[in-house]
Formats: sequence, structure tokens, C-alpha cells
Amino acid sequence: MATTPDVVVDPAAAPPLETARPPGEARIFVASQWQLMWWRFRKHKIALVSGVVVLGFYLVVVGADFLAYADPDASEAQRSLMPPQRVHLFDGGRLAPYVHGVKGVRDPQTFKRVYRPDPDRKVRLRFFVRGFEYRFLGLIPTTRHLIGVAGSEADKSIFLLGTDVQGRDLWSRLMFGTRISLTIGLFGVTLSLVLGVILGGISGFYGGVTDTVIQRTIEILRSIPTIPLWMGLAAAMPRDWTILQVYFAITIIISLLGWTELARVVRGRFLAMREEDFVVSARLVGCTQMRTIFIHMVPSFMSHIIAATTLALPAMIISETALSFLGLGLRPPAISWGVLLQQAQNVQTVAISPWLMLPAAPVIVAVMAFNFLGDGLRDAADPYGR
Amino acid sequence: MLAYVGRRALLAVFTVWAISVLSFVIIQLPPGDYVTSYIAQMASMGSVVSDEEAQALRIQYGLGQPIYVQYLKWMKQVVVGNFGMSMEWRRPVTEVIGERLWMTVIVSVAALLLTWTLALPIGIYSAVRQYSPGDYVATFIGFIGLAVPNFLLALVLLYLGFVFFSAHIGGLFSPELQDAPWSFERAWDLAKHLPIPALILGLAGTAQQVRIMRANLLDELRKPYVVTARAKGLSELRTILKYPVRMALNPFASTIGYTLPYIVSGSIIVSLVLGLPTVGPLLLKALIAQDMFLAGTIVLLLGLMTVIGTLISDILLVWIDPRIRLEQT
Repeated sequence: MATTPDVVVDPAAAPPLETARPPGEARIFVASQWQLMWWRFRKHKIALVSGVVVLGFYLVVVGADFLAYADPDASEAQRSLMPPQRVHLFDGGRLAPYVHGVKGVRDPQTFKRVYRPDPDRKVRLRFFVRGFEYRFLGLIPTTRHLIGVAGSEADKSIFLLGTDVQGRDLWSRLMFGTRISLTIGLFGVTLSLVLGVILGGISGFYGGVTDTVIQRTIEILRSIPTIPLWMGLAAAMPRDWTILQVYFAITIIISLLGWTELARVVRGRFLAMREEDFVVSARLVGCTQMRTIFIHMVPSFMSHIIAATTLALPAMIISETALSFLGLGLRPPAISWGVLLQQAQNVQTVAISPWLMLPAAPVIVAVMAFNFLGDGLRDAADPYGR
Repeated sequence: MLAYVGRRALLAVFTVWAISVLSFVIIQLPPGDYVTSYIAQMASMGSVVSDEEAQALRIQYGLGQPIYVQYLKWMKQVVVGNFGMSMEWRRPVTEVIGERLWMTVIVSVAALLLTWTLALPIGIYSAVRQYSPGDYVATFIGFIGLAVPNFLLALVLLYLGFVFFSAHIGGLFSPELQDAPWSFERAWDLAKHLPIPALILGLAGTAQQVRIMRANLLDELRKPYVVTARAKGLSELRTILKYPVRMALNPFASTIGYTLPYIVSGSIIVSLVLGLPTVGPLLLKALIAQDMFLAGTIVLLLGLMTVIGTLISDILLVWIDPRIRLEQT
């Protein structure tokens, strides 16, 4: 079958394109597929904004240690459960952000530690100052941080979002938590994508018995309540695994059940495209099956896959958060949104220190942003439609 | 039609079997078995379990045999309704689970019913009054419902209830009726406690159903038969409810199969936050203690529940949509 095609299309021999068109329309006719998609995506304003938000989140992932000003693991009983500080932007009409120093006192009645802002002490916030040492992007050793305090150590004087029971700074922990929660979602979705494309592709390309078996498997997987199953799998992880091992195990667990939707999308595309002229001709000129699939078919539904992947990400983030929240996912000393929320499990704690619920905010914002972005991408994925 | 229902039933049986294998395998996955964790538990309390004692326990629970033998033994008992002994509680599994399974069913069904009763009118309203303020409000709440994980919603409501009403909104019964025998009073108490968990569990589903209903109904409303009905002089309400809504209901019914596992799944984690007496907290404890028969039974029964729900939705779909009946026979 593998002979060279005997018909060679010469682009010069093709009939000349009509040129007498209004300029706006002509632009559309010569635009590439990706350009058309971008034009359509641009119209969906909320999706555009969400795209920026998502980008912002991943910038936090990259620069978590730059944005954090305190060592996320540095605990100190003297600073336990401090409330968030109010940031004063102006000082005497001049833009000079500062926070008030904090005094810890023991309540004479309850013997609990309470914190009061000290109005006489102003702690000025400085930018790009030295703090704890880290490696930027894991390579460049540096001590620069976005926020800090001149002269003294940041983790002793500023607590923008308060501290947890062990006196660790919540803002800094949130930055590191974002890194783990969002990358786990990304790896999970990549793994699901690989599974989904392979199984969905096989299902849609070959059809017949293979298709039936894969479709029934998907149906079965989808009718099982996922959380009990995840809990079972996660509980099976040995207690003495390292953070890295747990991290990858959780990624695998959440993607094992997350591939079904992607497989469905891919299969649908394959079925729709199998009989298309360009696929038939690719087969007729003797392309191998692999070539037909990866060179001719996959690029034409790449955009659909990207959209479906974006829509699958929120579920991954929620799963990780839920599992860690239950204590079955990532475990301290690892930091993720779910691990941070674990401290807010009990109403009594939350009623006294409501700021412990703050890590819920990035979860909700991220999930919403991914949903809107995916929505916009899905609409833009087929620019030739209505 | 019978052939269709038969085929679905066959798939359901197959699914239950797959779930039973999966749940059993999962329980077997952790290194060590119940006896190891029992020894660790005893050691933490200061007592030592001798080797002979451990061996005797293993033989008593049949832990030394190959996995498939253990599975077959378990299944043989399950078929006659005996789910084995809970090793942690030293009581039959059925007794430990007891009322909790029914509470899970009640909470899940309540959430499902709430989903429908809210989604149907809101979806119709959103479609008929497209781009009205009401439609925007519904869409906005819908997106929030989809984006907020239900356990976080439970946590926030719990906090708000505590701060503004200084009341504990969790639980399914008032403290004084917690262990009381069933009576009219207790049932009423349960009914009063149900709305909050049902709302928390049903919100995401409701949001999704509203979107589906809205999209489908919008498609239907543009079709010529609606114009015909209007031209014939039917009242607007009758025009919409009699024809397009009936058409748009179809995918509505078919999604129960996906909504129910989602609700049941969610009920586990929400129960832990709200302190509901469902199987959720029990499952977590059983998994941590490696109480395999208890954990396996809970996963199996939850799976069974969703499979039955899916089967009912399949039958409902055939009943609603005559085209499926004709196509499949």
C-alpha cells in the first residue's frame, strides 16, 4: 500500500482565488483556523477575563516562593492563630503602605492569647527585599521577595492573612498551596488526556466490538460514585510514603476516573470525521493508520481537545482538595489548598478564627475561571460553525 | 421496549459485579491486613498481641487464603444477605450499617427531588424569558453552584448558621431525638432537618439541569410547531407546557444516571462536615482501620444504589420518549 501518490497537486495550477471581495471579508477568507478561533474567542469577554485569571494563577505557581514572604513551615507557638492584619495604604497623604505592629496579650479571664494592633508601631512594607533563601524556578538561588519589611525578618512582623494554629503564616502557605494544587490538576489532566485520547481514539476509529467494550467500561465507571472509590484507593496508600510518592499516587487516582469524559469527546470527533473526504483520501493514498490519525485527524480536532481539557481541570482541583480535606490525599508537611482547609474542618475553630476558611476562595475562583475559559474555548473550537 | 429494558438491566447486573470486584480489590490493596492494624492499635494502648493470637485471628477471619478465595467466600455470603463481620465493631456489618444506609438513601433522594423541583421551573423560566434579569440571576447562581465544591458550601453555611443564628445547622435529628425509636415526632424532626443537606447536595445538580433545560427548551421554542400551536390560538402557558417542555424533558431524565452517583458521592463528604448519620463517616473510619468487610460493603451498597437509580432513569426515559421505544425494538 505504501506507494508514493502519483497525483501531485501543484499550487500554481490551482484556479486563482477570487480577489474582488470587500476587505473585511477577505481577511476572514484568508485567516488561518487558529486566527479565526482567536477572533471568536475574543468576543466572549468573560472567558477572556478568566483566561487572564488562569494565567495569573499559574504565575503564582511559578513564583510562589517569590510571592511568599515567610517560610511556610516556620511554626511558632507565640504567634498561634493571629488574625489578618489591616494594610494601611497611605501614611499622611503619601503612598506608603504599612501595618501596625501586633502585641500578644493573655486574656486575664479566659487565659487565651489575644492579639491587639499596636497603634504606636508602624511596620512599613517594602518591595523586593531580602528574606529566606530559595531557588527561583528551582535553579537560581536568591533571597529576594516581593513583599517584606526593611531591617527585620518578615515572618516576625507581617501577617497579611493571619496565622494558623501552629503560628505559620497563611499568606505564604497559600502561595505554596497554590503551586501544589494547580500542578496536581495539570498532571492529572495530562494523564487523563493520554488515556482519553488513546482509548477514545481506538473506540472511535475501530468501532465494532472494541467500541462496545470501551463504551460499556466508561458507562460502568461513570455510574460508580467516585468519592468512595477515591477514598478506598487513597486509603490504600502506605502511610510511610514520601510527599512525592503521595503526590504522584493522588495524581494517578484522580486521573484514573477522570478520563471518561475526554474519551467520549475524542470518540465523538473520530466518529464524525472517519468518513470525511480528507480522511478517506489520506487512507487511499496509502498513509499508515498512525499517520492518518496523528497527522491528519488529530490536528483537526485539537481545539476540541484543548477545550475539553480545560473543562476537566476544575474537577481535578476539586477532587484533590476534597481528598486532602478528608485527610486521605496529600498530608502535611505537604501544602495544598485541601491540606490548608483541613484546619477549617471544625465549626468551633472556624467560628473563632474565620480566616482559616480563606483557602476556599482560590479554590472557588480557580474552578470558576477554568469553567468560563473552557466554555469560551469550546465555543471558539469550531470557528466555521454559526 | 422490553428488549431495551432487558439490555439495560443486564448492564446493571454487570456493573454491580464490577463494583463488587473493585470494592473488594481496593480493600485488599493496603499493605497488611486488619490484624496488622489491630496489633498497632493494641500496641498504642499499651497491650501486646502475641504471634499465636495474631495467627488465630487471621485464621478466624480467613485472611491467609488467596484473594479470589476470600472474594468468593464473601460473595457467597453477600448473595444471601450476610455481609460478614465488622472486625472493628465485632458485630455483623448489616447491624453496624443499619439505619445509616437508609439515611443515605433518604438524603440522596431528597437532594434529587429538590434538584428537579427547582431546576424544572427555573429552567423553563430562563428559556422563556431569555436575557431577562431573572435569567441572569439564575445563570449566575448556577455558575456559583457549579464552582463551589459542596463540602465547602456546607462549611460556609455551617459557619454562617453559627455566627448569625448561633445554631448548629448540621445533623439530621435534634439531640433529644437522636437515638429515640421511630415515631411521628422523629420523622417530622427529620423532615425539618433535611432541606439544608438536600440543598447543599442538590445545588450543583440543579445548576447543571437548569442549563440543560434552558438550552433544550430554547432549541425547541424556535421550531415551527410552536408557531403552529400559537397560531391555533392556544394559550401561551399551554403552548409551552404541552409541547416544547415535553420535548425538552428527554435529556433531563437521561441525566439522572449521572446526577445520582454525583449526589451519593457528595453525600459522603458533606456528611462528614455536617455530621449527618449516613454511611459517610462510617466509611472513612472503616477505611482507616482497614475494616475490609465493612468498607467493602458500604462501597458495594452505594454502587448498588446508583445502579438502581440509573436503571429507573433508563426506564423513565423510554416511558417519556416514544422514539426510543420504536428505535430499539
